[in-house]
Amino acid sequence: MKLKYPDSLGHFGIYGGRYVSETLMPALIELERAYQEAKEDPTFKEELGYYLKEYVGRPTPLYFAERMTRELGGARIYLKREDLAHTGAHKINNTIGQALLALRMGKRRIIAETGAGQHGVATATVAALLNLECEIFMGLEDTKRQALNVARMKLLGARVREVSSGTQTLKDAMNEAMRDWITNVRTTFYIIGSVAGPHPYPAMVRDFQSVIGKEAREQILSREGRLPDLLVACVGGGSNAMGLFHPFIEDKDVGMVGIEAAGEGLETGKHAASISAGRPGVLHGSKTYILQDDYGQVRSTHSIAPGLDYPGVGPEHSFLKDIGRVSYTSVTDREALEGFKFLSRTEGIIPALESAHAIAYVIKIAPQMPKDSVIVVCLSGRGDKDMNLVSEFI
Amino acid sequence: MRIEQKFKELREKEKTALVTYITAGDPSLRLTVDIVAELEKSGADIIELGVPFSDPMADGPTIQRASERALRSGTTLTGVLECVREIRRNSEIPIILFGYYNPFFSYGLQRFSEQAYEAGVDGVLVVDLPPEEANEFKIHTDRIGLDLIFLLAPTSTTERIKLVAQQASGFVYLVSVTGVTGERPDMDYSLEPLVEEIRRYIKLPVGIGFGVSMPHQVRKIGRFADAVIVGSAIVKIIEKNGNDEGKTLRELGEFVKKLSEACYKSL
Repeated sequence: MKLKYPDSLGHFGIYGGRYVSETLMPALIELERAYQEAKEDPTFKEELGYYLKEYVGRPTPLYFAERMTRELGGARIYLKREDLAHTGAHKINNTIGQALLALRMGKRRIIAETGAGQHGVATATVAALLNLECEIFMGLEDTKRQALNVARMKLLGARVREVSSGTQTLKDAMNEAMRDWITNVRTTFYIIGSVAGPHPYPAMVRDFQSVIGKEAREQILSREGRLPDLLVACVGGGSNAMGLFHPFIEDKDVGMVGIEAAGEGLETGKHAASISAGRPGVLHGSKTYILQDDYGQVRSTHSIAPGLDYPGVGPEHSFLKDIGRVSYTSVTDREALEGFKFLSRTEGIIPALESAHAIAYVIKIAPQMPKDSVIVVCLSGRGDKDMNLVSEFI
Repeated sequence: MRIEQKFKELREKEKTALVTYITAGDPSLRLTVDIVAELEKSGADIIELGVPFSDPMADGPTIQRASERALRSGTTLTGVLECVREIRRNSEIPIILFGYYNPFFSYGLQRFSEQAYEAGVDGVLVVDLPPEEANEFKIHTDRIGLDLIFLLAPTSTTERIKLVAQQASGFVYLVSVTGVTGERPDMDYSLEPLVEEIRRYIKLPVGIGFGVSMPHQVRKIGRFADAVIVGSAIVKIIEKNGNDEGKTLRELGEFVKKLSEACYKSL
């Protein structure tokens, strides 16, 4: 299966595209051109490769979770350790790429939205590294849930703008970042943190995050001498999942599952499972599955994991769901907490609550798979940031 | 038709078209009907009715709050169309719906276009629908005879003006600033060359909005544009007076009269 997506206007099938105010269209076209040029430029590749290796600490290990495998008694489980990347999550793979692009384009001010704060921290980090002015938009509700990351961003020299409109979470932070960008578009580079937003962001962020899957592919081939049977990753906007999945898309024997946040249960309406429970719509610049009411108003979402607490999803995921290449399912807050505890106790690894969703699914599926089968799960981030949040459940 | 006709009339009167924006359903759809009547009586030439959306990315705080109030009062696109029908019982003023794509998309583009036309809507402006993505909507609005109105911005290149030229109908809405909606004390009047460039490619009236709130701004813009759009300043009057309907209508009337006077080019 050879998939050549997106098309020249950023469409993945019927999804994606550019649904933004005219003010931003020239900036998106300029960004697309700059990115195309950078992609072809060996100097850019070299520079990106240098920082990924020396600064981010790549390649991250593909760790065989031996105790977890034994306890579950089924498939052999490997963890792609994005939690070991600098700043503690996969987000920096993308921010370093976009920040280098901002420099190339002569933009010295960068802005970003953040939910869990991981993307905000990763953006503030590269801003410090490259001496760029940086403002991070974060929902008021999230600044309370993720106070540690707010402190980190401030320490790194970023200004944190609390967003008190709407639901005060990730979607409103993104609205506010878009408004800032519309206003300061000539001087500002907007670093979107997921495979969401208008073209070229979904494809560009996917490309930067694909380092996850490229490494995992080589690593599993050298460890097991074959490709895995199943890839598992959590999906909010879906950047860590897209990064892991993309280099395997044409390997049709490799199954892929994206895990959405079922919150308190899909039936309660308090969840963030856009693909499992939403329908196609347009939000934040692209056409994709979104959680909305009968009249097209975007619904408020719930997940214990702030990084998954978002009513949309990257358009390429919507496409992969429709063509049946990737399947999507969801796990609840409660199951994610079990995954959180399970991995901590069996492997000595405290996962981010977002990644704990993927672990929770592995706990269910691994025992049903043969012992010689292989799962690769993306451990997208570490859980230090969540300690306050989970302390009441432990 | 009503839009084209209106611009023709105004050219004869030497008046810049005064386009007034309110968010439908703020504070209620019932009051929206009365507000529109008051706006028309006081000299508004075209009504822009905002369709409230949960995520108004291109709006400043004033219209964001209006959207929130409208949604809290239970406003849906169905309700907005019903409101237009109500207005049409007594008025032939051109009405444009102004909103974000998802509520229209969710309603069904064909169903919306048919029902909007039947209700008496003349045009639709979708903030987050650039010409590249407009085709799936335009096939319906064209067939039915609704104008699909496009935005241009200070950042728009000649290439983009040409692209809008291929698709636009009704008039062209030029955003005065790189920014969101909202009043600004200092307007940028250096738009004149851009307006001239737009006119080279697009033979439709050009309106200017975002940041326009005062009669002297209206007067200056009227020298080189065919329409001015005033939104946030009007929405603020509605917000300030809350449930005092009499005061809302009185103050709106006074304000719009002043704006309308500033639209006459000879005065």
